[in-house]
Amino acid sequence: MDQIETESASEPILSIRNLSHHFPIGRKIRRAQLHAVDDINLDLYQGEIVALVGESGSGKSTLARLLARVYRPTSGEILFEGRNIARIRSRRDLLSYRSKIPLIFQDPFSSLNPVHSVGHGLLRTLKLHRPELSREERRDTAIATLESVGLSPASEVLNCYPYELSGGQRQRIGFAQAISCNPRLILADEPVSMLDVSVRIGLLNLMTDLRNSGISMLYITHDIASARYVADRLVVMYAGNIVETGPTESVLGNPTHPYTRLLLSAVPDPMVAIKATAGDIGDPPRVIDPGEGCRFRWRCPLAMEICSVVTPPLLPVSEGHAAACHVTVRSVSENL
Amino acid sequence: MTAVLEVNGVPEKPDHVRQIRRGSLSNFWRALRSSKKAIVGSGILVVFTFLSLFPGLIAHDNPSAETYLPSLGTSSAHLLGTTSYGQDIYAQVIYGTRVSLIIAIVAGLLTTALSVIIGVSAAYLGGFADGVLSTITDIFLVLPAFPLMIVIAAYSKNGGFTIIIAVLVVTGWSYGARQLRSQALSLRNRDFLLAAQLRGERKWRIIVTEILPNMTSLIVASFLGAAVYAVLAAAGLQFIGLGSVNTDSWGTMLYWAQNNDALLTGSPLWAIVPGLGIGLMGGAFALLNYAFDEVNNPALRPVRRKAVSS
Amino acid sequence: MILEVNDLCVDYVSPQGTARAVDTVNFSLDAGEFLSIVGESGCGKSTLLFSIAQLLSPPAELVGGSVIFKGENLVTLDKNSLRAVRWRDLSVVMQSAMNALNPVLTIRAQFVDVMHAHGQKDDEESDKRFAEVLRLVGIDAVHLRSYAHQLSGGMRQRVMIAMALLLSPDLIIMDEPTSALDVVAQRSLMVQIKELQEKLGFAVIFVTHDISLVSNFSDKLIVMYAGSVVEDGPTREIFEHPSHPYTQGLLSAFPSIRGPKVRLKGIPGSPPSLTQLPAGCPFHPRCAYAMESCSTVRPPVTPVGDVKVRCLLFENAEVHVGSD
Repeated sequence: MDQIETESASEPILSIRNLSHHFPIGRKIRRAQLHAVDDINLDLYQGEIVALVGESGSGKSTLARLLARVYRPTSGEILFEGRNIARIRSRRDLLSYRSKIPLIFQDPFSSLNPVHSVGHGLLRTLKLHRPELSREERRDTAIATLESVGLSPASEVLNCYPYELSGGQRQRIGFAQAISCNPRLILADEPVSMLDVSVRIGLLNLMTDLRNSGISMLYITHDIASARYVADRLVVMYAGNIVETGPTESVLGNPTHPYTRLLLSAVPDPMVAIKATAGDIGDPPRVIDPGEGCRFRWRCPLAMEICSVVTPPLLPVSEGHAAACHVTVRSVSENL
Repeated sequence: MTAVLEVNGVPEKPDHVRQIRRGSLSNFWRALRSSKKAIVGSGILVVFTFLSLFPGLIAHDNPSAETYLPSLGTSSAHLLGTTSYGQDIYAQVIYGTRVSLIIAIVAGLLTTALSVIIGVSAAYLGGFADGVLSTITDIFLVLPAFPLMIVIAAYSKNGGFTIIIAVLVVTGWSYGARQLRSQALSLRNRDFLLAAQLRGERKWRIIVTEILPNMTSLIVASFLGAAVYAVLAAAGLQFIGLGSVNTDSWGTMLYWAQNNDALLTGSPLWAIVPGLGIGLMGGAFALLNYAFDEVNNPALRPVRRKAVSS
Repeated sequence: MILEVNDLCVDYVSPQGTARAVDTVNFSLDAGEFLSIVGESGCGKSTLLFSIAQLLSPPAELVGGSVIFKGENLVTLDKNSLRAVRWRDLSVVMQSAMNALNPVLTIRAQFVDVMHAHGQKDDEESDKRFAEVLRLVGIDAVHLRSYAHQLSGGMRQRVMIAMALLLSPDLIIMDEPTSALDVVAQRSLMVQIKELQEKLGFAVIFVTHDISLVSNFSDKLIVMYAGSVVEDGPTREIFEHPSHPYTQGLLSAFPSIRGPKVRLKGIPGSPPSLTQLPAGCPFHPRCAYAMESCSTVRPPVTPVGDVKVRCLLFENAEVHVGSD
């Protein structure tokens, strides 16, 4: 990238504008479109952890892969330091983007190649992204990186095979690969969901430490409690749309969108007695050719006529906090 | 493994029920060595290899020399008797090992190589390329192999065993390609491949360094299966007179024995012994194949019931 | 008391060694009670569940103890008597309905299977029964004609529960039935199970790795670690005053939605491999309160109020380890 990097924190690292991605499904005669994400607008800044919260079918993993440039979006754009990533052509520039915005995977059992030592991926990453390093320097950097994610003795770990490491250790290798190239923002796709509960905290703490050292993170999860633990901002997704966004405490303290309220009420909390909820049995969201209107309306206790006709826009609720609901958001202006 | 792995200064152990010691390769060797099938199979092949390399040490006669009295029975001078042309059968069998073994190994290797290239590429490239390669594979799979072999070989009567190898490869690669493609497809969705792609590895490098090493057991099994096929099919081709009939090989021995009604004229060993050789060699590869399967998939191992003490 | 498990031991025999997956487990269950077995991966909870239902297969082997269900020891029961007990008195709900339901049969056909296996005919009466059990779990009877892949994850799990209810058993065993579901579907299913239990009166043994999930639903709680039961008692009691250091660590490893935001510690290290258990108490390498004797003596079961704990800290005096 030949851009001059602006140091000011007010410039977003990634800027997502009207991003949509559809997958064609079905046979040629009855071809339909699966709207994985629709019309996403989001800015990600330096030194923050943003949690992307949603259930399966919400589009959060698709969004992560769009940002990692695994897919090419159907429409809209993603700007990295002001430049559209879809226009990155040269291999050198693409490698540079990938080192600044790495992706961490969910499954510790399939994210490492079982026939190679865990150092293999790390050393290859360094060879490809930091060609200025000599072989010795690469090895030293790899060892230092492993130590910084809490694995020791790092020189031994480098030669271990994945089956010799626990799930938590393997996820740390994933983090090591991501930070080895001085990233700006890490895309973490459910990094702790497949780990034991007592191991998760260690990794969540590692994430906050990385944030404190200046690396931003997009933390994708379905677990709103862990999102609260690490995130500065929350973005709630449903059926491919962002339904609510804002500072964590603001969203949790004043959940505006009915889906956010439903999510919060469903989180198990030992200290709160159960109120038997009227049967929302968690039907999957409708994302195939959904058309206009709010996609939550079939499950929403507050749905009105307008909800089937007009897709609700994201409107401000308070400072930095916005939600997309015709009913619960009182619009400032009268122009609805 | 000497040092204990730590996370943030606290010792950690992997969460497997069975803790496998480092060096799965040495584990593999140990398992292979203790398998009866592997021992028998490799023993036979070692003997055959030795015979191929140093036939003169075992058999002192020239196999093609028609210097003896024809159709002799067994004796201390001619352990297996002589052919209708006065050749020493024993010498022919020993010298014939070389050709049969070479055909088996070379055809096996080439067949496997072709299967790997086409099968794995089809799986990894996907889309249109996969469609084209799979269709080609299916066409070759469906072609009747033996008639095809006969037709091709008949047009090149004196090409020696290169033609036979070529025919075997052309008719035999598609089966392995199908299997390898399936396995490669199942690997394709593993995260570590996407991780390799995202860190900037080129496609060919991903195939060679990330995918193929995960398929070694199927590739070896493919080779062993192709070797069995080669031994038997080559013998069949030679028996009906294709390929050069002047080479020293078991298949051609069968050809000549058949032409001279060996079984009727009192030299049955002329036909039986090379047939045994073919069976043994094919069987050796097959045993190794089974042994390999068992080592890789413990569920297939013979169950040894031990008395469990409570 | 409809179920009594005494000194149950299960081993996994493998070339690398023998792993004791379940080590001398004792507990009892009354009619209509909801018991949760909680632990992390590799602690033996699923093995324990399968050994109760007599569903173990090699290399797992039940090597000791008894499972007394309604007066009969299931371990020594012959195949035919076991078949009679199965489903009629004791049924099982598996973790993944997608794997447990036959993909090529309609739901109705699978229900009919159950009826036939227990010598009952497929007639109008059974049709009524099918519709009734589906209604109980909140599914429209029209889905009797559906296939498994046509239903959502939450609905499939409900079908599994409906199937488990077909013959009105006294005990239903559930192996992590909600782990494949999203949080809203999970919550809804738990509420449904509890309602059914209160209505129909069956007992439940519920296995899960998520201790917070069962906090509001479970009467009794068993916490497992490395094959042993480390804590066993009324749920509320354990949640409010966790005794065993592992339980304390487990409860404090859940970030909460409400309450102050503090940096949590979790439990350092990871669970041991069952073939190489530490001597003495299996938890001592990770325990903040470990004493010298913990590395040599296997703690016996000690009662602390209504709760039973396996920890040397409680052996002698009324020591209450700080639970903040």
